[in-house]
Amino acid sequence: MSTPTAATPSPLVVLSSVNKHFGALHVLKDVDLTVDRGEVVVVLGPSGSGKSTLCRTINRLETIDSGTITIDGRPVPAEGKELAQLRAKVGMVFQSFNLFAHKTALENVLLGPVKVKGIKRGAAETRGRELLTRVGIAAQADKDPAQLSGGQQQRVAIARALAMDPMVMLFDEPTSALDPEMINEVLDVMTSLAKSGMTMIVVTHEMGFARRAADRVVFMDEGRIVEQAEPEKFFTAPESARTQDFLSKILTH
Amino acid sequence: MNDVLDNLDVFLRGFRTTVSLTLLAAIGALILGTLIAAMRVSPVPPLRWAGATYVRLVRNTPLTVVFFLVVFGLPEVDVKLSFFRFALLALTVYTAAFVAEAVRSGINSVPAGQAEASRSIGMTFSQTLRLVVLPQAFANIVPPLASVFIALLKNTSIASAFFIFEGIQAMNQLIQKFGDSVLPIIAATAVGYLVLALLSAFLFGLLERAVSAGR
Ligand SMILES: Nc1ncnc2c1ncn2[C@@H]1O[C@H](COP(=O)(O)OP(=O)(O)OP(=O)(O)O)[C@@H](O)[C@H]1O
Ligand SMILES: [Mg+2]
Repeated sequence: MSTPTAATPSPLVVLSSVNKHFGALHVLKDVDLTVDRGEVVVVLGPSGSGKSTLCRTINRLETIDSGTITIDGRPVPAEGKELAQLRAKVGMVFQSFNLFAHKTALENVLLGPVKVKGIKRGAAETRGRELLTRVGIAAQADKDPAQLSGGQQQRVAIARALAMDPMVMLFDEPTSALDPEMINEVLDVMTSLAKSGMTMIVVTHEMGFARRAADRVVFMDEGRIVEQAEPEKFFTAPESARTQDFLSKILTH
Repeated sequence: MNDVLDNLDVFLRGFRTTVSLTLLAAIGALILGTLIAAMRVSPVPPLRWAGATYVRLVRNTPLTVVFFLVVFGLPEVDVKLSFFRFALLALTVYTAAFVAEAVRSGINSVPAGQAEASRSIGMTFSQTLRLVVLPQAFANIVPPLASVFIALLKNTSIASAFFIFEGIQAMNQLIQKFGDSVLPIIAATAVGYLVLALLSAFLFGLLERAVSAGR
């Protein structure tokens, strides 16, 4: 196995000319996006610009109408076993956490490794507890999701995704449903994940996170990628008028 | 009244068949109905269509017609079974449509994010259904299922017209024999169904409480 370095970027997720409609609504318009191994890409854009849809097409929670999406060189397969196998390697973290409501925090983390990867329960549990420790909720392992705060639930959701040893992690507004005081505990986990070399695609409005952790910021508007740049350049010298307009709105808030 | 008490064994024989038809058809309908509900929520459009069509067809066909189709239609294509098995088949096929609706509405009561989270960690459609969605849907499936199965209990009476000796046939036979006791015999039959229905409702009530206590 070759070890990719910063000098030789190797594409992990590649979208080319992706189009997606919801009925008459054209939500993704000729989207091209390449995310390299180890890269952290933050996706920004106004509400309804297609950020969630973009994220969800990558593990085929949404189908696309035309174009191609490849992950690790392989096209995302159609519905079936192969798709499930691919999804096992693509972690996803949702705005609304979506922890399995009938399972404890630990069981949420174990379900994938045991049922999908076929790892023995004992070994999976050791690893699961390690992951819960890593996201700072080892003490809550045996609680039900309903007994956890939003921030805790989201950290369990991150541990659940990590338990599958994903090649890439998708985050769709992971902190938007959280009370302000809990946002940082989740962003801290994400930042350390980024530092550890995880490939990440993150839809978020947290500019601090984008500046701190992102290698690149992608700006979407009305289903198109309008501009992309490294964070410093993106925030200080945005090129397009739409980006400038968007930034002026959210940065003054 | 004496005619009823003296012939309790006839009632018992009849109602034993009523109970076995109900139980066996309930099991069959639970399996078939759950499969059909799974088809209706599957990611494969032809399966979804087939499931929906089954439910629509069966729900809009009188049970008596289903019985006629099975009892007289199947022998035409060389399927020959005992009348009991024909009756069981008709009741199963019919009740499955209603079970499917109960299961499907239970599935729909589980937030879509649960299935999405499950699929996104690589679980297949059937794992998602078995391990994530159905366990959470169960509490919402049990109450409508109780009415479906009580309806099934009463629907077994149609089998009396197709050569099955069950509760209603027991009643018929006794009425033929004891013309003076028509009312007591009918009343006793009604009580028989009532007892069975109340018993089912009681058992489902226990199940419902067990399910909601487990959450
Ligand atoms: N399942 C769906 N059916 C129909 N339309 C949809 C569906 N999902 C999204 N849309 C529409 O597609 C467009 C893009 O939605 P999307 O959720 O991707 O935007 P977004 O950039 O994530 O917005 P937000 O910041 O509000 O989350 C919106 O106009 C939305 O209303
Ligand atoms: Mg969104």
